Amino acid sequence: MGTSLDIKIKRANKVYHAGEILSGVVVLSSKDSVQHQGVSLTMEGTVNLQLSAKSVGVFEAFYNSVKPIQIINSTIEMVKPGKFPSGKTEIPFEFPLHVKGNKVLYETYHGVFVNIQYTLRCDMRRSLLAKDLTKTCEFIVHSAPQRGKLTPSPVDFTITPETLQNVKERALLPKFLIRGHLNSTNCTITQPLTGELVVEHSDAAIRSIELQLVRVETCGCAEGYARDATEIQNIQIADGDVCRGLSVPIHMVFPRLFTCPTLETTNFKVEFEVNIVVLLHADHLITENFPLKLCRM
Amino acid sequence: MFAATADPAAIAAATESSRKKRDTDDSSIVGSDFEPWANKRGEILARYTTTEKLSINLFMGSEKGRAGTATSAMSEKVRTRLEELDDFEEGSQKELLNLTQQDYVNRIEELNQSLKDAWASDQKVKALKIVIQCSKLLSDTSVIQFYPSKFVLITDILDTFGKLVYERILSMCVGNRSTLPDHFSPENVNDTAKETCLNWFFKIASIRELIPRFYVEASILKCNKFLSKTGISECLPRLTCMIRGIGDPLVSVYARAYLCRVGMEVAPHLKESLNKNFFDFLLTFKQIHGDAVQNQLVLQGVELPSYLPLYSPAMDWIFQCISYHAPEVLLTEMMERCKKLGNNALLLNSVMSAFRAEFVATRCMDFIGMIKECDESGFPKHLLFRSLGLNLALADPPESDRLQILNEAWKVITKLKNPQDYINCAEVWVEYTCKHFTKREVNTVLADVIKHMTPDRAFEDSYPQLQSIIKKVIAHFHDFSVLFSVEKFLPFLDMFQKESVRVEVCKYIMEAFIKHQQEPTKDPVILNALLHICKTMHDSVNALTLEDEKRTLAHLINGFIKMVSFGRDFEQQLSFYVESRSMFCNLEPVLVHLIHSVNRLAMETRKVMKGNHSRKTAAFVRACVAYCFITIPSLVGIFTRLNLYLHSGQVALANQCLSQADAFFKAAISLIPEVPKMINIDGKMRPSESFLLEFLCNFFSTLLIVPDHPEHGVLFLVRELLNVIQDYTWEDNSDDKIRIYTCVLHLLSAMSQETYLYHIDKVDSNDSLYGGDSKFLAENNKLCETVMAQILEHLKTLVKDEALKRQSLLGLSFFNSILAHGDLRNNKLNQLSVNLWHLAQRHGCADTRTMVKTLEYIKKQSKQPGMNHLTELALRLPLQTRT
Repeated sequence: MGTSLDIKIKRANKVYHAGEILSGVVVLSSKDSVQHQGVSLTMEGTVNLQLSAKSVGVFEAFYNSVKPIQIINSTIEMVKPGKFPSGKTEIPFEFPLHVKGNKVLYETYHGVFVNIQYTLRCDMRRSLLAKDLTKTCEFIVHSAPQRGKLTPSPVDFTITPETLQNVKERALLPKFLIRGHLNSTNCTITQPLTGELVVEHSDAAIRSIELQLVRVETCGCAEGYARDATEIQNIQIADGDVCRGLSVPIHMVFPRLFTCPTLETTNFKVEFEVNIVVLLHADHLITENFPLKLCRM
Repeated sequence: MFAATADPAAIAAATESSRKKRDTDDSSIVGSDFEPWANKRGEILARYTTTEKLSINLFMGSEKGRAGTATSAMSEKVRTRLEELDDFEEGSQKELLNLTQQDYVNRIEELNQSLKDAWASDQKVKALKIVIQCSKLLSDTSVIQFYPSKFVLITDILDTFGKLVYERILSMCVGNRSTLPDHFSPENVNDTAKETCLNWFFKIASIRELIPRFYVEASILKCNKFLSKTGISECLPRLTCMIRGIGDPLVSVYARAYLCRVGMEVAPHLKESLNKNFFDFLLTFKQIHGDAVQNQLVLQGVELPSYLPLYSPAMDWIFQCISYHAPEVLLTEMMERCKKLGNNALLLNSVMSAFRAEFVATRCMDFIGMIKECDESGFPKHLLFRSLGLNLALADPPESDRLQILNEAWKVITKLKNPQDYINCAEVWVEYTCKHFTKREVNTVLADVIKHMTPDRAFEDSYPQLQSIIKKVIAHFHDFSVLFSVEKFLPFLDMFQKESVRVEVCKYIMEAFIKHQQEPTKDPVILNALLHICKTMHDSVNALTLEDEKRTLAHLINGFIKMVSFGRDFEQQLSFYVESRSMFCNLEPVLVHLIHSVNRLAMETRKVMKGNHSRKTAAFVRACVAYCFITIPSLVGIFTRLNLYLHSGQVALANQCLSQADAFFKAAISLIPEVPKMINIDGKMRPSESFLLEFLCNFFSTLLIVPDHPEHGVLFLVRELLNVIQDYTWEDNSDDKIRIYTCVLHLLSAMSQETYLYHIDKVDSNDSLYGGDSKFLAENNKLCETVMAQILEHLKTLVKDEALKRQSLLGLSFFNSILAHGDLRNNKLNQLSVNLWHLAQRHGCADTRTMVKTLEYIKKQSKQPGMNHLTELALRLPLQTRT
């Protein structure tokens, strides 16, 4: 008891880019001296794909997951078998972030059906009597900033009962006119999504206006592909019956880890969309969808 | 010292730079002239209350749709299910219904505490959840009358949270370098601290609901300092815009107030956002009269006149922030903008409460015009006049407008039907009236107040306001003859019918009188009024009155009595004291003061007559003496009585009232047996003997000059006193009796002198009465012998081990007395003193140094002419050897 292993990555935000050197220390602390059969450090990066139950059925979803794609995997031997003295021992390490062949270091992304994750694992092997010690630690990879300038692509929109699709009985809808614009649907991931929205007119009182950020994940496999849209977050921008004719700001910060630059590969795709959702009294729900293109500048 | 040596140029430079420094500080720190939020807090809590039931709905589970939990790829259903389980585990979804206001306040306080606890135990996520849930309560406008107070309570929690986060991050910066300077720049902040800070902002940015997201982000606005220099200046306008999304106008105006509050605290130099908040507010102003609000009011059964004032605290605050150190131009512009909006009463009220008083006062007539023509739309006009009055109490309007202002305002005020509305308004305007006008106008105002408050005993509900009116009037009228000539002043006092309040008011008046009255007075108007007031105070004293209260009242009444003087009309003065005695008989300190005053009066008379009383003055002085004599027995304090008897006796003696003086002394003597063993001094029981000893010594020195009564025997007072002392039950282990006897010996020795040490003018003491008559001396000697026998008797009883020390001390003190007062040429006395000397040394208890000194003294004295006999005595006094 009392022996613990910890990995400390040098950068506080744990963010690294391809070609950089990942450095840090492994910290071993123990009251007594520790006998061991060697300490190794493994760096691993994988893309996990999962087929949604909706596309392939519940059981298959569990059994038939697509094989993970390995992006990077390397191990170094840090310490040869021997003995650590009691107290705290710090072992520094450096790992160059290089990929083999034509593989690309995708950006870290935590999704539902697609997961791109990078980990460092430290293993200390020990004799038969003592359990091996393992510690894993996630680090984050950001893809290199794109070259060139991002061209803004502003979108103006007008929502009225007439512009809506999927309406069962248009006559029952109260009258309203909502105007607005998004400053750009091409977004830098570090900058918020911005824009404005004006309720020019509405017969029914407004209950809430929300921005729904949606991920669209596509997994390709032998049988075809599965495409699923799920919500990442929902941000309310108006609460209650807002003042008519006064612009309400659209502002949403892209959450870290849960978003990444829009990604398209042979095996899978990660895309993002935003819905503007207007809830009227009497439970009318109006949604306007805007595909986004995220990139890192 | 520094200034004296430094050259002037350097000083100039130093002051210049310090001023510059202050100027720069000014922009980033709010000065003390800015009324802080803390002042407003209590006021709001006290004013916006409810008797309706409240509810708190807290849902502490992890929020749906928040990007926080999905880390691994599992099916949506499984995840939702797990989240639900989490919720149940936390068991923290609760809805508390039917809370009274106090319960509600307690609950919020508990939440505040659990926030601190969660933070202290490193549960940052839980802390954030608490804060989010609390700020969510601010979107709930049910029981709308309570909303302002709710805002106060919940923003307290937000402030706590903001402070905790800021301090936590600051402490992370401190880690490597010792401390961070006050005005640190983001470059000095280390990566870990920055990352933590960034994390907070990301977490908050993902809060689903608008109102909690706004409040929580605003609460940690200050943390932007860690990330970038421009962070705050970018954040404030964004948050300002964000408020536009809040539909309910009341909720939104309070959100603006909170943002202004945080903004003023963190970056007061960023004025633009403050102004933007104001202009945005004006844009949404029409919503107040919109359907959504109206429907809500109908639902809650709240009338517009009670709804609109709910905006005031928030608006006042916003306006105050904007107008702080704002240029006139801006204020004028704001006023114009308000005017354009239909000259609304609500806005006008906030303008008046928040803008600089000087600004309002100089435009007072404009404001009155605006108030008159403004569309009331539910906001009560009396509140407007109240706000205006508050400004005029602080700043003066132009001289020429003053009377017109009062007339215009009072015309409206006097028409108010509801006594509460009326008094709230009138209270404020009294200040203005007192400040700028004469007693005539004040009288009119007071009369009007009386007229309004008397029907249905409306005054009973408005004591605080009425008290405040009295205070204001007193503060401006220091001349009490003017004050009491205000006809309606006393009738006004009659409205205070609850005794405790009335006494309070009387106390103010008396305090003011004592403070401001410079000259003694005999003005009958003042006397009558103040006697009436003092009587009211005195009559409030009963068995339950606290000692402290009695002391205060007595102090005030004494202060009044002290200031009454009829000059040379002593008889008038005495009859005033007589009247006072009958009025204030329940307050002992007042009676004591009266007795002293009368004694002083007698002595004054003596002074005026240069000691030769005429028949008339003699009679007057006897009247004074009689006053004292009959007053003293009504006192309770035994030593007070004893000392006053002695004192009055001395005064009587000085005024040649011999039989009266005798009466006083006899009374004192007959009182002595009643002195209890223990007396109460400042609430503690203490033995009385030392006080008695002190008194008796004082008494003896007076007795020396008291001539014997022709019909009584020689030294009858002394004898009587000795009998009393003899019979008094002394403390068992005390030598006080013997000390007193020693003093009696001194007295007797002084009495046997041919001429006494001191005399009273025009009083023949025993020395001239008896002229050293041998019979008198013999009587005196007999007394001495008796007393000495008593002393020796006592010395003999002190033979027990522990008493030996006392015996030695007493023996020596007796020896000293004989040495000082006795004639040692007398052999018997000489022998006695030698015996005493031996007694003092016998058991080795004597202090050798004292003995040596005493002996040296004797030897020195013996060198004086006529003191040869002491040489012989000295030889007979051996010093005990140390062995």
